[in-house]
Amino acid sequence: MNYSKSQLFWLVTLRVLIGWHFLYEGVVKLVNPNWSGIGYLMDSGGFMSGFFQQMAANPSMLQFVDFINIWGLIAIGLGLILGSFSRIATLSGILLLALYYLSHPPFPGIKYVMPMEGSYLLVNKILIEMVTLFILYLFPTGKEAGLDKFICRKQNKKVDKND
Amino acid sequence: MTDDSKNIAGESNQNKNGIKRRELLKGLLGVPVLGVFAYSWFHKQKLDEITKKAIHEEINLDISNPLAGKVVSQDKQIRLGIIGTGGRGRYLLKAAGFLSPKIISNYREEAKNNKMDKRYEEFLDQPGLNIVINGVCDIYEVNAEKGLAAAANISREFDESKIGPLPKRYKNYKELLAAPDIDAVIIATPDHWHGPITIDAARAGKHVYCEKPMTWTVTETYEVVKAVTESGIVFQLGHQNRQTESYFKAKEAYEKGFLGKVNLVEVTTNRNSPEGAWVYKIDEEASRNNIDWEQFLGPAPYHDFSLERFFRWRCWWDYSTGLSGDLFTHDYDAMNQILGLGIPHSAVASGGIYFYKDGRTVPDVLQMAFEYPERDLTLLYSATQASEKSRGRLIMGHDAWMSIDNYLDIYADPSSTRYKQKIEAGIIDPAIPIYSYNPGKKQVDAITSPTEKYFAGRGLLYTYRDGRRVDPSHLHIKDWLDSIRSNTLPMCNIYRGFEEAMTAHMGTIAYRENRKTFWDKEKQVIV
Repeated sequence: MNYSKSQLFWLVTLRVLIGWHFLYEGVVKLVNPNWSGIGYLMDSGGFMSGFFQQMAANPSMLQFVDFINIWGLIAIGLGLILGSFSRIATLSGILLLALYYLSHPPFPGIKYVMPMEGSYLLVNKILIEMVTLFILYLFPTGKEAGLDKFICRKQNKKVDKND
Repeated sequence: MTDDSKNIAGESNQNKNGIKRRELLKGLLGVPVLGVFAYSWFHKQKLDEITKKAIHEEINLDISNPLAGKVVSQDKQIRLGIIGTGGRGRYLLKAAGFLSPKIISNYREEAKNNKMDKRYEEFLDQPGLNIVINGVCDIYEVNAEKGLAAAANISREFDESKIGPLPKRYKNYKELLAAPDIDAVIIATPDHWHGPITIDAARAGKHVYCEKPMTWTVTETYEVVKAVTESGIVFQLGHQNRQTESYFKAKEAYEKGFLGKVNLVEVTTNRNSPEGAWVYKIDEEASRNNIDWEQFLGPAPYHDFSLERFFRWRCWWDYSTGLSGDLFTHDYDAMNQILGLGIPHSAVASGGIYFYKDGRTVPDVLQMAFEYPERDLTLLYSATQASEKSRGRLIMGHDAWMSIDNYLDIYADPSSTRYKQKIEAGIIDPAIPIYSYNPGKKQVDAITSPTEKYFAGRGLLYTYRDGRRVDPSHLHIKDWLDSIRSNTLPMCNIYRGFEEAMTAHMGTIAYRENRKTFWDKEKQVIV
């Protein structure tokens, strides 16, 4: 992709900031021995609430969900900040955010015990962050400014040799 | 090669190196960001650590499990009888490990349909107590049969064909008390029978677990104490709150002086449903033919047969102790456990029948104030059965206040003397608890996040995570059985029962006679 200097600067800034957000959410959960997604899952509302509550009800499933949450957030965060495996990181981020959104959709008529930080109708910050990641997926910057520069070069070289 | 061409080659090499370096820097752009992340993370951690440490210096509560319980050999089987197998009686049977196959089968089906329904799993997980139920007594046939079906189900079967022989059914409690194959009895009758049956049981040498309140009248309170202490039986009053973990923490926090001087304790009842106001369903199958009305009346004044009075007996002074005996006693006993209050110096009360004008004689709104001048303290009780706005239980000290339920929160008072410096330094924020205790959690935090607090406040605790919840009534029965086996005093023993009964009676008399009542400490009488 050919970006102008300022396009590249702002796209990379956006990528790093979202990465920071993911990384911090993950690390905070990692260092808190009492953290579990159970409360969040139990509080799920909307048409998929049954699915999320089932996750909370099954102890081994819950353990798995907690593990994926912590390490998924950290891995995605590192990927976005460093620009490494950034396409996989972006896609995984979209998936995770989609699950968060679906577990607590801000639809009229659904009430949550868990307090929300703002006022929302259909659109909330999770949805916006998710769509932003879509944009970053279509305008990748890992190869321009990130470790993907080296990762992809190695892969390209391998392909060359095979030729 | 000419000098010029050498120069050009040199420049392009330099350019190449420059581009390479720039590309390298671009590729590693995220690394310094991670550096900033790590730096700010550790900086924040350090600040949090300093705050936590500073608070810990003030509030150093032991985080280990406060409830070890008695260590007693369970070898000796205890043979029980139960008197009164209505709703509460059958609940106690369940807490002791006995449920009818029909209910177990229901629980099992519900658990299949709804994974969140843990009743089946929890009941099967509840430890056995090495007891057997040899006698069941109820004056209402239907309840007696339900009690028998539960009591016979010794191996917690859901299949009705697999249960053992039914225990003996007694139509009169005196016959049950005379049975040689019964060591101890659970009493879950209406209030007006608690005293007389306890007295007879003690005289018959049977240990007693009696539902609250301990007595219906002042006079019988002395007789109960006399009968229990003279016979040497083990008496446990049914205030299962004695087993609640957070109350042990609350006691510790109070005794260590974290609250400062406590002048006001506020406890409340907030209910707003017919069941909450004792308007229970009347069984369709109930009639004069399957209820022994004369035995029901017992010490109560004569009244013609009435299904309403039989099922909703809590609404009449004739059988009940009203809000004071039925609901306040739980709160009183909790506060007595935490603060060691004892019997108050005086009591005043007011209230009325303001919502349920259904012929009842007991009030549905009641305020009582108990004074403890020696402790410079007032215990305030406020109850309504027509609004469920939760007002909680508060112990209010000069330095901090404590809110107590299954969880426990201590907040520093903004004008506290003890925490003044730390509040001014911004280390203690009066809006955030300086100590929180959620029994469902693995550990105790000095500070919990607002979200966690919010969940705790709504009972959405971490109960599903580490497996199982324990029923405090189960622990309370276990404490009683362990005390019988080791011949020791149980947690809510006869002395605590005496304090509970007299305090509740002082409030009731103050309300009914519209006067201030006093406790004569020397003569041990209400005047």
